[in-house]
Amino acid sequence: MLRMTGITKNFPGVRALDGVDFRLLPGEVHALMGENGAGKSTLIKVLTGVHTADSGSVRLDGAPVVIGSPKQAQAAGISTVYQEVNLCSNLTVAENVFIGREPYRFGRIQWKEARRRAAELLERFQLDIDPGAPLGSYSLAVRQLVAIVRAVDISAKVLVLDEPTSSLDRDEVERLFRLMRRLRDDGVAVLFVSHFLDQVFEISDRMTVLRNGRLVGEYETRALSRVELVGHMTGRVLRTLEELHAPREDVRDAIASREPVLAARGLGRKGGVAPFDLDVHPGEVVGFAGLLGSGRTEAARLLFGADGADSGTLEIGGAAAVLRTPGAAIGRGIAFCPEDRKSEGLVEDLTVGENIVLALQAARGWLRPLSASRRAELVGKYIKALNIRPGDPEMPARNLSGGNQQKVLLARWLITQPRLLILDEPTRGVDVGAKAEIQKLVVSLAGDGMGVVFISAELEEVLRISHKIEVLRDREVIAEIANEADATPERLLEIIANGVAR
Amino acid sequence: MRELTRHRLFWPAAILVVMLLANLIFTPTFFRIELKNGHLYGSLIDILLYGAPLILIALGMTMVIATGGIDLSVGATVAISGALACSIIAEQADQEAVGGVLTAVGLALGLSLVLGFWNGLLVARTGIQPIIATLILMVAGRGVAQLITDGQIITINSDPYELIGGGYLFGFPFAVLVVVVVFAATAVLIRRTALGLLLEAVGGNAEASRLVGIRARRLLVLAYVFCAFCAGIAGLMISSNIRAADGNNAGLWIELDAILAVVIGGTSLMGGRFSLAGTVLGALIIQTLSTTIYTTGVPPQITLVFKAVVVTVVCLIQSPAFRAKAFHRSRPSTPAPSEAEVPA
Repeated sequence: MLRMTGITKNFPGVRALDGVDFRLLPGEVHALMGENGAGKSTLIKVLTGVHTADSGSVRLDGAPVVIGSPKQAQAAGISTVYQEVNLCSNLTVAENVFIGREPYRFGRIQWKEARRRAAELLERFQLDIDPGAPLGSYSLAVRQLVAIVRAVDISAKVLVLDEPTSSLDRDEVERLFRLMRRLRDDGVAVLFVSHFLDQVFEISDRMTVLRNGRLVGEYETRALSRVELVGHMTGRVLRTLEELHAPREDVRDAIASREPVLAARGLGRKGGVAPFDLDVHPGEVVGFAGLLGSGRTEAARLLFGADGADSGTLEIGGAAAVLRTPGAAIGRGIAFCPEDRKSEGLVEDLTVGENIVLALQAARGWLRPLSASRRAELVGKYIKALNIRPGDPEMPARNLSGGNQQKVLLARWLITQPRLLILDEPTRGVDVGAKAEIQKLVVSLAGDGMGVVFISAELEEVLRISHKIEVLRDREVIAEIANEADATPERLLEIIANGVAR
Repeated sequence: MRELTRHRLFWPAAILVVMLLANLIFTPTFFRIELKNGHLYGSLIDILLYGAPLILIALGMTMVIATGGIDLSVGATVAISGALACSIIAEQADQEAVGGVLTAVGLALGLSLVLGFWNGLLVARTGIQPIIATLILMVAGRGVAQLITDGQIITINSDPYELIGGGYLFGFPFAVLVVVVVFAATAVLIRRTALGLLLEAVGGNAEASRLVGIRARRLLVLAYVFCAFCAGIAGLMISSNIRAADGNNAGLWIELDAILAVVIGGTSLMGGRFSLAGTVLGALIIQTLSTTIYTTGVPPQITLVFKAVVVTVVCLIQSPAFRAKAFHRSRPSTPAPSEAEVPA
């Protein structure tokens, strides 16, 4: 049905896709798998005309096609439904299905006709949806179904579903899958992208795995185990591991015997992460391992009060604490570097110096400003200690590289001298040098008695610096393992893929 | 030179200078300042005097816009403040009594604070979009002003009250002195405390500010209260100047001029970084434009269009994207080193 050959796409400084071959058969559900940055979304964007490939060719039904824009992709028979549904919730279901291609007669839109045809379509897909009701009156899941119906009705050859299930609950996913199977049986090629391994194995017939912009392989889902898949995605199974310096056992025991700085019991949030227990001791680095969307970030946000927990209890420094705002957590000595530096961390308009003192100043309140000399001293000290470059405190923070922006955020919290530091993907998108610096810093902070929660998608990194590791999968903490000799990336991968050995 | 043109206040300042110079062509005596009866007179003084209410309101508006909000209700606050002050004075047996005038001023400013607090609560507590939240008071406020004045235009005859908008102190117009004091106090409040930093953080990235522990709600309320306070003072000035409270027309559309002044001064409507000095320049540009229209005798039927054209040109000159396009050919493709070395 669809064959992409030798697709290469460069972005400034990065080769996002490197000679990737990809094919879709009619009447199959095909999963596109890979870690973050593997090139999945770039490939989809090339396929749907958002990006143009630098080289390579696309053939549809055997004939070469040029896809230069999303419109051309649609005309060629390739439709996409994104995670955020791009429909108008104030219009009715029927209006949404036919918007932009309403049936006309004598220059007037035939709404009756549109409603009738929408009803037919919905019935054909066995969806119990009222075409006359406003789309906004339905849940996100139903809106997604409507978006799919619309996409399929416009052009029914290739349907691309990018992370369609990330905000759906179990029943809604089931409903979506029924529709996908139906379309498959009608001969549509469905391309499915998801971070949920269980769902991929449930719905897909075949899968293509990408890694670092290259094709790893194309596999029959039936013939592939989860461990093999995760191995293909991460490329770690066959490679010999770098030597790890797992912390010594006696050190670990000494740390574990201290009074915990933070103790969570049954802490959870509906739609976020299932209730979990966690102890973090002074001087301990606790790693959170799991794929993207596994609930790592959600768990961290509960510990910081960025989201409110709806179950469980939290003790900080031995005292019960209910965290309704981040301010409450900060007052108790907790610091949190969020995953998304741009939208949740940095204030890009402000200078490096201003960003660095922001947390301390917020804690002091606006009436007690840091004196200019004290501020210059603190900023200078941390720019030097963390080797932030360029070391100009007056430079706008937006002009710094990713690694240096991350260091600015670290400096912001280190100034407040927290008892517990939560780092969500502190080394993502950071160059190798800065990465090593950040890892070293975390180890030395823990050595000075700070508790650290360290979240990373890179298992080696987690193993290198953590004392114990919480493994998350499908928004649940499924295992806590001590970082002993038998804690290897392979073992973590296996737990992530298959759950705990039962 | 390059450094100089990059300074954020360069373009507003340059525009103001050009406008003032343009006036010199039509009115050769434009820059002359005279001392009559110990008072300063002249076109430049007039611009400052009549621009005083706008500068004040624009200062308050700057704080609100820095948080990413907007306050449409300042015009209504102007009307309410003037109406309350005048109606209190009008009821007094002796309108010349300083004590009575002070009471009126105090109550009017107090009511302004309450109005600002109301706006702030709506925005910060209920999460109503600022443009809607303040639209409520913009519309309702005119009604409140009418209630206070009973639907009449209240005229007063009180020398102490007239000092505020039309009087002189040490040779300077009193209103201009008030603006100088408010500006200085604001600058100190913003840059000597951490208020400016925290406001810019909230306006620049609200979610990051929340995660860093900034109590944004208090700051928001504070910004709206400050803005209403400035509008309250401006209301006193305007009513004092015309010796009357006109609930219908006092401060009409001044919110739009104030927003324009803030934007011309280089503060983005998206919030974040703001510039008090830029706002003052912006307000002066608008007032100079109005004065120019009067002194050069632009026919009244085309003043609005003339104003619109000038404002459009000013905004285009302010836009880096437009400048890049318009001056594209004259710009060297690589920055010349000799230019970069010239200190600002």
